[in-house]
Amino acid sequence: MHLEPIYSLAPLLVFAPLTGLLLNLLFGRRWSETVVGAVASLASGVTFVVSVLLTYALAAGGGETVRAPLAQWIHVGSLQLDWTFRVDSLSTTMMLVVSGVGTLIHIYAIGYMREDVRFKHQEGRFARFFIFLNLFIAAMMILVSGDSYLTLFVGWEGVGLCSFLLIGFWFEMDTLGRPSWANSDAAKKAFVANRIGDFGFLIAAFLMFWNFGSLQFDDVFLGASSLSAINSPLTVAITLFLLLGVAGKSAQIPLYVWLPDAMAGPTPVSALIHAATMVTAGVYLVARSAPMYAAAPAAQYLVAMTGAVTALFAATIAVGQYDIKKVLAYSTVSQLGFMVAAVGMGAYVAGMFHLVTHAFFKALLFLSAGSVILGLERGHHHLAHAHHEVKKSKKKEVKSHEEHEETFDPGDMRNMGGLRSSMPVTFWLYIVGALALAGIFPFAGFWSKDEILLDARLHFPAVYWLLTIAAFFTAFYMGRQIWMVFFGKSRTEAAARAEESPKVMTVPLMVLAALSVLGGGLNLPFKGFHQLGHWLEYTLGKIEFPPFDLTVAGVSTLLALTAIFISWLLYGRTPLEAGQPDPLKKPLGFLFTGMENKWFVDEGYFAVIINPFKKLSQFLADIIDWRFWHDFVHDTVILGTYNWLSAIALDRYADQKGIDAFANWLGAATRWISQTIRKAQNGFVRSYALAVTLGVVVILGYLILK
Amino acid sequence: MISVNYYVILSAILFAIGALGVLIRRNPLIIFMSIELMLNAANLAFVAFGRSWEIAKGEAFFNGQIFVFFVIAVAAAEVAVGLALIVEIFKTKKNINIDEMNTLKG
Amino acid sequence: MTSELLVFLVLSLVAIASALGMLFSRNAIYSALFLVLNFVTVAVFYLTLGAPFIAMSQITVYAGAIMVLFLFVIMLLGAERMTAPNALPWQRPLAFLLAITLTVESVYLILTRAKPDTVIAAPDAATNSMESLREMAMTLFDKFLLPFEVTSILLLAAMVGAIVLAKKERAGSKS
Repeated sequence: MHLEPIYSLAPLLVFAPLTGLLLNLLFGRRWSETVVGAVASLASGVTFVVSVLLTYALAAGGGETVRAPLAQWIHVGSLQLDWTFRVDSLSTTMMLVVSGVGTLIHIYAIGYMREDVRFKHQEGRFARFFIFLNLFIAAMMILVSGDSYLTLFVGWEGVGLCSFLLIGFWFEMDTLGRPSWANSDAAKKAFVANRIGDFGFLIAAFLMFWNFGSLQFDDVFLGASSLSAINSPLTVAITLFLLLGVAGKSAQIPLYVWLPDAMAGPTPVSALIHAATMVTAGVYLVARSAPMYAAAPAAQYLVAMTGAVTALFAATIAVGQYDIKKVLAYSTVSQLGFMVAAVGMGAYVAGMFHLVTHAFFKALLFLSAGSVILGLERGHHHLAHAHHEVKKSKKKEVKSHEEHEETFDPGDMRNMGGLRSSMPVTFWLYIVGALALAGIFPFAGFWSKDEILLDARLHFPAVYWLLTIAAFFTAFYMGRQIWMVFFGKSRTEAAARAEESPKVMTVPLMVLAALSVLGGGLNLPFKGFHQLGHWLEYTLGKIEFPPFDLTVAGVSTLLALTAIFISWLLYGRTPLEAGQPDPLKKPLGFLFTGMENKWFVDEGYFAVIINPFKKLSQFLADIIDWRFWHDFVHDTVILGTYNWLSAIALDRYADQKGIDAFANWLGAATRWISQTIRKAQNGFVRSYALAVTLGVVVILGYLILK
Repeated sequence: MISVNYYVILSAILFAIGALGVLIRRNPLIIFMSIELMLNAANLAFVAFGRSWEIAKGEAFFNGQIFVFFVIAVAAAEVAVGLALIVEIFKTKKNINIDEMNTLKG
Repeated sequence: MTSELLVFLVLSLVAIASALGMLFSRNAIYSALFLVLNFVTVAVFYLTLGAPFIAMSQITVYAGAIMVLFLFVIMLLGAERMTAPNALPWQRPLAFLLAITLTVESVYLILTRAKPDTVIAAPDAATNSMESLREMAMTLFDKFLLPFEVTSILLLAAMVGAIVLAKKERAGSKS
């Protein structure tokens, strides 16, 4: 079996989406929306096919890591970097997830964006969205297929850029479509938070190059393993700086704050970039750097704790959120915490497993949420039309309707309720996603979360307890969301008139739902069923699979069911009425206020870091730069001295008395001469003729006298 | 015996008179006539010198005369344009006093 | 004193007198007529110098065509007299002085420097024959063909220029 031809397809991973991007860039304005979407989806689909082929070739080839070189990149001194595609079981897993989920989201986005651009009256931006989306796929492929930390970093920055561009896709409005810079501020926040993480990544890369002389994965790992001591300062430093990068990209404490704001982007973006793929890059990075982390247990512990604390912390915030996407955003932060905790503990298989299943069900949830939002938006649209008709007859109501139009938020769960009947498909899909996320048997989330908990229980009890409580909250906020959105009575007219989404949106969701149900089958915790585990063994080396523990599974399932029951008691039994405060508010008091307000972390950052930073900048700019440096040093000291010198020495004597005087004398002389001579030009032709005659006479006289 | 110098002296006198006309008259038409007179004086000198050459060499020599022929042609052209100019100036200024055409005054 | 010299002197006097008459006539028409007389006199000189063709041209072109044109313009404009005071009173004596100096200088130069002082013989029959005229034409259209053609272009240009200058500007075709 010849596998070489298949490996030579690897560059297509990047160039297929780039081709789609270029086509849409060149012709997107002329093509219809269907064609634009089809081209972009096809480009992403080609990536998926190539990923499948690579996976197949890899499996057929015995799982040996294959490195497909494409081009020389940087050859400077001892730095020898090529652009090489690394095909191993870890990277192909990521490729499959990214391109598979990515393609489904592309297809979904055709339907979603078609309506979104119309609701926002910006039809021209349809193609732009898909250009960014394809660019994202290309960058993500560079990230996961990179053979060195620097190649990975190129993709890392590329996806960061795409994230920035897509969060700020509606850059001139806020999430409700009102003119404001809220969305672009969210994009900037994401970018800056990521930049802090990238700083850590870069420092880590510099340390690697400085000490190991290379950035290529295998060389770095070889260098790290040659350091005999466990927890050697160098490895700990590198891994902790990498952790900073992970915290930035995968939204962990303390840099997670950008992810909830990133929901300003269109929902497919939230699903693709901020739930399924890009944010998992940090998890991938830790798994990729497994040999290094293995040599630094101290760092591993910190990673695991970071993940666990983030998981719990974000889960509590999710409970107090009202925006359907914000809940999911904090849920994503929390689930990423699970993954980071898993890879931090060295349970790479569990982490990657949860990454894959989470990509399925979180993408499903986000896309369904998008469907809900659009459904509400449609209902609201009809409502506005209906009112428009009414408006003609009753002019009194005009004002109140316009206010109504301005303030309506289709993403606010308090505006929903009772959508079960009007959006049945979305409802069932949402239920599937929610159960998977809550970790109910036999959905995918149950298996992957259980595996993390199992590993944690064996090695890190503290992490286990944190994650178990987080799992309880997870089930609770998902239950709360389901009850609030789909059950009870419609709390607004728009919700009452909500409409189901078209097939182009629901079919990809069904695929994702099927994956959310069956995804657990990838890696069942029974002997002989660890397919994903054995697959990753090719890359990560021998892996211990702890036996299935009924206690762990039982406890988490029981907690999840309890949480759902409590949420039913609070939100399901007596549905929320319009305008009624959250029923949790009373029993929890200030705790709920904290959850509602994200524990005031943003405000804290503002108070502790951003405002002092601004004040410092202000001080530096006003006092140091302007008053001291500019006004005093430049103006007074340098300019003043110079002025004084030139005034005394040069200006008064050399310039004024010498050069100026001479120049002035020249001018005056010229003036005098010309004033005298111009009298000859009296304008009388005859006198000119006289002058000519005089000339002739003089010349003749000269001839005579000669 | 008539020397060629007689003719040349006559030519010089006529030329001086023409120049004087240019200098003292204010009517552009008369200035033009004076110029014609000067050209004529020059023509006379040409023909005289040509004849002198002819006699000295003893063979036919026409260059002087042909030159005069050209001068006459040029003079005709000059008069045509000049008179047209004068007519045009008269149409705009209702006057042809050369001393009033002094807009080139420095 | 030979008769030739006598004729020459008389004619010279006529020429100078007519030139001065042209110069000092108050009336432009008289000036023009004096000039015609002068031209005719010069034409006679041409005959004595053995240039009958030029003499005929002088009479037809100069004394005839050009001077008629002058008279025509003078009468058209009614510009026989200049009434305005002289703007350059100091110019007149200066001009006389210069003109006299010029004459004296030229005559002095001619008398002292011009050599050899060829004697002008009266033209013989051969000089005035048609054969001579034919030879002159041959020279004109052979040796001087290019200047001749250039002259024709010059005349054309003058003609066009005169027409453009003199024609009334039609309303609406302001350019």
